[in-house]
Amino acid sequence: MIEVKNLSKKYGSFLAVDDVSFSIEKGEIVGFLGPNGAGKSTIMNIITGYLSFTKGSVTVDGIDIIDNPEAAKRRIGYLPEIPPLYMDMKVKEYLYFIYDLKKVKFPKAAHISEIMKLVKIDNVENRLIKNLSKGYRQRVGFAGALVGNPDVLILDEPTVGLDPKQIIEIRELISKLGRNHTIILSSHILSEIQAVCKRVIIINKGQMIADDTPENLAQKLSYDNSLNARIICDEKDMIKALSSVEGVMSVTSLGKAEDKAYEFNIIPKENTDVRAAVFSKIKESGKTLLSFSSNAVSLEQIFLRLTEAADNDEARRLLGTDDLTEENKESEEDNYDSDFQA
Amino acid sequence: MTAIFKREFKGYFRTPIGYIVLAAYYLFLGIYFSLIYSYGSPDISSLLLAMSVVVTFTVPIITMRLMSEDRRQKVDQVLLTSPVSLTGIVLGKFFAALLVYIIGFAPSVIFEIIVASYVSVNVLSFIYALFGMILLGAALISIGMLISSLTESPVISAILTLVVNILVLYMSSFSSMINISWISNIIKKAAFISAVDSFGNNVFSIPDVVYFLSITAAFLFLCVRSLEKRRWA
Repeated sequence: MIEVKNLSKKYGSFLAVDDVSFSIEKGEIVGFLGPNGAGKSTIMNIITGYLSFTKGSVTVDGIDIIDNPEAAKRRIGYLPEIPPLYMDMKVKEYLYFIYDLKKVKFPKAAHISEIMKLVKIDNVENRLIKNLSKGYRQRVGFAGALVGNPDVLILDEPTVGLDPKQIIEIRELISKLGRNHTIILSSHILSEIQAVCKRVIIINKGQMIADDTPENLAQKLSYDNSLNARIICDEKDMIKALSSVEGVMSVTSLGKAEDKAYEFNIIPKENTDVRAAVFSKIKESGKTLLSFSSNAVSLEQIFLRLTEAADNDEARRLLGTDDLTEENKESEEDNYDSDFQA
Repeated sequence: MTAIFKREFKGYFRTPIGYIVLAAYYLFLGIYFSLIYSYGSPDISSLLLAMSVVVTFTVPIITMRLMSEDRRQKVDQVLLTSPVSLTGIVLGKFFAALLVYIIGFAPSVIFEIIVASYVSVNVLSFIYALFGMILLGAALISIGMLISSLTESPVISAILTLVVNILVLYMSSFSSMINISWISNIIKKAAFISAVDSFGNNVFSIPDVVYFLSITAAFLFLCVRSLEKRRWA
C-alpha cells in the first residue's frame, strides 16, 4: 500500500531523513517510534505530499506522490502533529469544508455526522474551534483525517493532549479502523504503540534502525531475560540448588527481601528457557515460593537502548543486523548490563 | 478551488476585516459622490479614479492574511495534503479577495443609475473606469498575495504590500528625479496610475488591459512557486 524507497531529505546541509526504505501492506498498523527530531514527522509529511524529498521515491497504492499527487493524496487521511484547524470556523463547518476540499462523493450530511459520532465531537458541532479544548481540537483534526474514508491514515501523535479515557477511546478507534485501513502512527507513548501496532519502525537521527514486531524486537534485545524468584529458604543452599539446574548460567542473591525470604536473580544461558526447570527444582527442595517473575524487556527499554546507543551503527549491532566480532559484543553486553542494574 | 474560494470569502466576514474594508470603500465612495453631486458633475468615472488612493491602503488589509495566516496556524498542511493543486489553492484565495474588492465598488453602479436618471451620461466611460479599477485591484491583490505568502506575519505583509502599492501606483511622480530619460520614461509608463488614468479618460486601451492582466498572472504564478518552494525548503 505504501512503498518508501531510499528516501532522503535534506534541509540545507542538515540530513533530516537518510536513506529510509520500508513498505507497508494493506491493513497493517505500523508504529513510528523515535526521539524528538528523529525525522518521524518529516517522513510523514513526505508521504502525505506536504514536503518533497531530496532523493528516493514514495508510492501510495502504486501511485507516485510526485507524478500524480492529487490521486495519491485522495487516498490519504492525515492528522499532523498540530491539527490544522481554522480557528474561526465551527466544527461542522470545518468538516464540511474539508469534505468539499477533498471532493468526497459520499452523502455530505450523513458522512460528516457519522464521523463526528465516531470521534465523539457531535456534541460540539456548532462551537467555534478556537473555543475548544486541546483534546477536542485533536479529535476535530482526527475527524478531518477521516473525511472521505481514505484507505491510508497517517496519524502524527494522535493522542497528544487527550485525557486517559479519551486516549483509550481513540486507541480503540484506531484498532477498529485498522481492520480496513492502513495506518501509520507515530507516538512518544510507547505503551500506545505496543497496544495498537503490530509492527514498529524505529527511527533515530534520520535513519531507520529497526523494523519488526514489538515481540521480535524484545527477543532480539533480551540480554536481560533473567528470572527473579523470592523463596523462603536458606540463602546459600538455594544458590547451590539453583545453580545445578541445567541451562542456568549464574544465580545471585539479591538479599533478604522479606522476613525469612530471599530474592534470587537467575540468569540462563543464551537462548534457553529455564523457567520450568527452575520451578521444579524449587518444588523439589520443598521450600515455599512467594513470587516468580521474568524480566522481559519492554518496548520502552528497547527504545531507550536503541536510541541511546552512541550512533545508529551501534544500534544496528544491538539488533544483530550488522556483523560484529565476538569481542565487541561481549564488552557491549557488559556495558548494558551494568546500565540496567544501575 | 471552489471550497477554498468559499471559505476565504466567508472568512472575510467572520473577522471584522471584511466589514472594515467595505465600510472604508462605502464611506469614501459616498463622500466623493456627494462632492461630485454638489458640484453638479455627472462624471462618476473620475470618482472611481479618486478611489485609487483608498485602494492603495485597503488592498494590503485584504491580502495580509490570505496566505500568511494559513502558514502561521499550520492549516496549510491540510490544504497541501488535500487533492487540490497549488494553482487551485492560489486562485481560490485570489478570487475570494477580488470578490470582496468588487463588492466594495458596487455602490458606484447605484450612483451611476442615480446620475443617469437626471442627465444623460456616457455609460461606456463609466464601464471602462470600473473595469480599469477592477483590473488594478486584481494586479494589486496578486502582488499582495505573493508578499503574504512570503511571511508568517500579517502585519509585515500589510506594511510591505502598502509600500509596494504606493511605489507601483505612483512611481511616475518620481520619474522627474531621474535624469536618464529612457529610465524615467519607463517609470512613467509602468506606473499603474497612468494605466488607470487612461481607463478614466474614456479609453479602452488594450495594452493597459494586457499590462494589468500579465502583472496579475505573473504574480499569481510567483505565488504558486512560493508555495511550491516551501515544500522543497
